[in-house]
Amino acid sequence: MTKTLTIDGKTIPFQDGQTIIEAATAAGVYIPHLCHHPEFTPHGSCKLCSVKVNGRVCSACTFPAAEGQDVINNSQELNDDRQKITQMLFVEGNHFCPSCEKTGNCQLQAVAYHLNMLDDHFPLFFHNRNVDASHSDVLIDHNRCIFCTLCVRASIEQDGKNVFAIAGRGINKHLAVNSATGLLKDSDLDKNDKAAHICPTGAILIKRTGYQVPIGQRLYDHQEIDAVSLAHETEQRHGE
Amino acid sequence: MANKIKVATTSLAGCFGCHMSFLDIDERLVTLVEHVQFDRSPLTDIEHCSSDCDIGLIEGGVCNSENVHTLREFRKQCKILVAVGACAINGGLPAMRNFIPLEECLAEAYLHGIGVENAHVPNDEELPLLLDKVRPIHEVVKIDYFLPGCPPSADVFWKFLTDLLAGSQPKLDYELVHFD
Ligand code: SF4
Ligand code: SF4
Ligand code: FES
Repeated sequence: MTKTLTIDGKTIPFQDGQTIIEAATAAGVYIPHLCHHPEFTPHGSCKLCSVKVNGRVCSACTFPAAEGQDVINNSQELNDDRQKITQMLFVEGNHFCPSCEKTGNCQLQAVAYHLNMLDDHFPLFFHNRNVDASHSDVLIDHNRCIFCTLCVRASIEQDGKNVFAIAGRGINKHLAVNSATGLLKDSDLDKNDKAAHICPTGAILIKRTGYQVPIGQRLYDHQEIDAVSLAHETEQRHGE
Repeated sequence: MANKIKVATTSLAGCFGCHMSFLDIDERLVTLVEHVQFDRSPLTDIEHCSSDCDIGLIEGGVCNSENVHTLREFRKQCKILVAVGACAINGGLPAMRNFIPLEECLAEAYLHGIGVENAHVPNDEELPLLLDKVRPIHEVVKIDYFLPGCPPSADVFWKFLTDLLAGSQPKLDYELVHFD
């Protein structure tokens, strides 16, 4: 007998060991997320994947699927919360989309569009963060980092390196680079590393590749992130 | 004429790009002015809002003392106040000066910049004082609606205004929402 749970009333099968988001993705149900990536150990930090499981709010990317769970995902209440979370991510960093190479292909922006986020709601921090352009092929713009740790995980889990870490607390939290000088050029990072390509925002960019796709043909210009994400992530699962 | 909707517009710390984009509704302007009358606006040169404006469209963030006064006048005189474009919503590119102390900005522009002659920081008392930081307008007054985009497309203006004129809650569909 296949085990099942329900998401928004729809019955979904799952296998033991799957998280709620894994079961949902396999069944073609999109749960908004930023720090989750099917190839890496869950981190559970962005809280965008918050769902109600039997009435309690849980992170779908870390919470194990279990028989008979009643999961609420696509409700007005949860999407309002997700919008507020996304607005907090925007005001905490410095996101000037018109001058960002990632615009149109950025997951943070696409999630905002998906949630019909039209403004930032909160006062902006305007906290000064640096740009590290020292590496010959890869650029870090810390202003756009949302601390999802995907680059940290990709470096350790796939590249077999240990280039990134999150350091500091509160307003001083930042992405740290593991090198004697703290600069990317003195780290082990290579432009072909998974860690150099995993960033959901415009914080880690490959140099000399920006603005090559014209407006109108970018990833999220005509397709919402739910469709894009399901297409990619189901593909990744089959490719395993 | 008497029951036309009164629309006021202004550009604070903006580039007038949002106004240009608004004008890109092209021939639909003719339909619009059947229902709408422009009050204070760079399009009319009227200097102050009448007390009974229905809709105020604000382009640009707040970078100096005059911007603050203008914004407050709009809030006071307009029933519905709308933040138009990236700069009104999050400060936009002008807010990129927020990471450099004001004194250094002025020195770079007026004292040490390339090609500067008769170096001095403009200090005529007619000039509004610069704020320490460029701020989005929702940090200064209450805003009722937001039209994102740099600039929002003509279709965004059209959809928003026609929704309002029809008496319905404005709704921007996916293709109309962009931050760039
Ligand atoms: S990282 Fe994304 S949200 Fe941030 S400025 Fe770039 S495009 Fe905009
Ligand atoms: S640099 Fe990108 S991938 Fe790394 S933590 Fe920041 S947002 Fe996440
Ligand atoms: S995707 Fe689950 S917490 Fe970020």
